[in-house]
Amino acid sequence: MSTRKPYVRPMAGWWLKNPVYVRYILRESTAVFVGIYAVILLVGLLRLSSGEAAWNNWLIAMQSPGAILFHVVAMGAAVYHSVTWFSVAPKVMPPLMFNGEKVPVAKIVAGQYIFAGIIYLVLLGLILWG
Amino acid sequence: MSKRSNEPIVWSLFGAGGVVVAHTMPVLIFVTGIAVPLGLVSADVLAYERLAGLADGWFGKLFLLVIISLPLWQSAHRIFLSLHDFGITGGETFFRVVFYGAALWGTLLPLFLLVGM
Amino acid sequence: MTSNDKIIEIEVLRYRPEQDEKPFLQSFKVPFTDDQSVLQGVQYIKDYLDGSLSFRWSCRMAICGSCGMMINGVPKLSCKTFLREYYPGKITLEALKHFPIEKDLIIDLSDFINKLESIKPYIIPAAPRTLEQGEYLQTPRQLDRIAQFSSCINCMLCYAACPQYGLKPDYLGPAAITLLHRYNEDNRDAAKAERMQLLNAHEGVWGCTLVGYCSDVCPKDVDPAAAINRNKLNSTMDYFLRFVAPRGGN
Ligand code: SF4
Ligand code: FES
Repeated sequence: MSTRKPYVRPMAGWWLKNPVYVRYILRESTAVFVGIYAVILLVGLLRLSSGEAAWNNWLIAMQSPGAILFHVVAMGAAVYHSVTWFSVAPKVMPPLMFNGEKVPVAKIVAGQYIFAGIIYLVLLGLILWG
Repeated sequence: MSKRSNEPIVWSLFGAGGVVVAHTMPVLIFVTGIAVPLGLVSADVLAYERLAGLADGWFGKLFLLVIISLPLWQSAHRIFLSLHDFGITGGETFFRVVFYGAALWGTLLPLFLLVGM
Repeated sequence: MTSNDKIIEIEVLRYRPEQDEKPFLQSFKVPFTDDQSVLQGVQYIKDYLDGSLSFRWSCRMAICGSCGMMINGVPKLSCKTFLREYYPGKITLEALKHFPIEKDLIIDLSDFINKLESIKPYIIPAAPRTLEQGEYLQTPRQLDRIAQFSSCINCMLCYAACPQYGLKPDYLGPAAITLLHRYNEDNRDAAKAERMQLLNAHEGVWGCTLVGYCSDVCPKDVDPAAAINRNKLNSTMDYFLRFVAPRGGN
């Protein structure tokens, strides 16, 4: 008779058991802020489509302390999303070849930061002065 | 034999959304949620005429659609997958309808609004 | 054992299926020198302190892949990890996570073996060659496409690192998908369409949420996370392009 009795360990609370998992859950949580912010924009678009008075009400709502606090946290979440997004992108894209050599991952990540930085500046310039 | 998953549809939208979020959202949140409300920059930046003007052209329409819809897909996909991470394994179809349905709604509604503007 | 040996505390998660309902921690005091690995520490316990302790090992040089265990919560090869790195703190050892514990530090790896078999980890040529035709040729650049992914030693550290495997035991998992990729990318192989069906499934690449820890813990720099996630792109292309140019898949 077999005396085998393999023991299966429970997974409960796994995300707190390793700092890597904590960072992963943090990364996934940024989605909540992204989603709420997109809904805020959507509401803004709704207001915009119903005319000037409605739009101005949206602008006033954005000035409430709660809204400001949310956006400060959301901006942190968005930056964390960007950083983590760029750092895993080389795992998703096919290896980048240059002169028959694989471009090192660190260079790809750095390149993305530079590219994103330029986009941020252009976007900011267009919004503020465009 | 294993069945082909339909995941590529939502994964593509998630990926596109993630790229959009990573390249625009920090700046957008800063301007709309911090700089303008706190008066760090002129309120004219988000004045009605300016935004209505943006929603008037086809480029502006596309831009607004992209920054609203795609982040919603990105967000919906991640939150849906996180449910499983937190041990919520039942009601998969229900949650799919809720989250991806919300993202779909968040695509069709702005589309409808923008076309009419 | 000489008098200037240091003593380190090693805690081991024991599980003896005949006696125990569930695993428990047992502590040992182990003398060691700076050149000794965690595996040697465990061997000391078995030789001098408790002969009933069970664990796997063979090559003690990081190539057979059998000595993996959780060392202070991190999946590592015990032969490649040194006791001195933890001294004067203590070490806690546990069988590789996400696998059933067979006994003490030994896991039941049949699930992994079945998955490994299912991906057909060997070259399936379009047409078999005769001896007269000679060997299958491969250029250095063609080899380069697969070299990294072919250095896997089946140690399963990546499975112990992957919470998705722990949550969904049906998930094909890092090493199996990586080896699948390795054969799909081999210019001498012609079974890509068949293997793609495994990738395209819910239990294939779509079980991954890119935690990425598998690549961190891999002792051979195989980067399974890259193999998996590049195949999300491949699988997506396959999904949409099959309407244009049908190939591989149902
Ligand atoms: S991919 Fe790395 S960690 Fe996973 S089994 Fe192979 S060698 Fe071990
Ligand atoms: S004993 Fe072979 S890899 Fe450690």
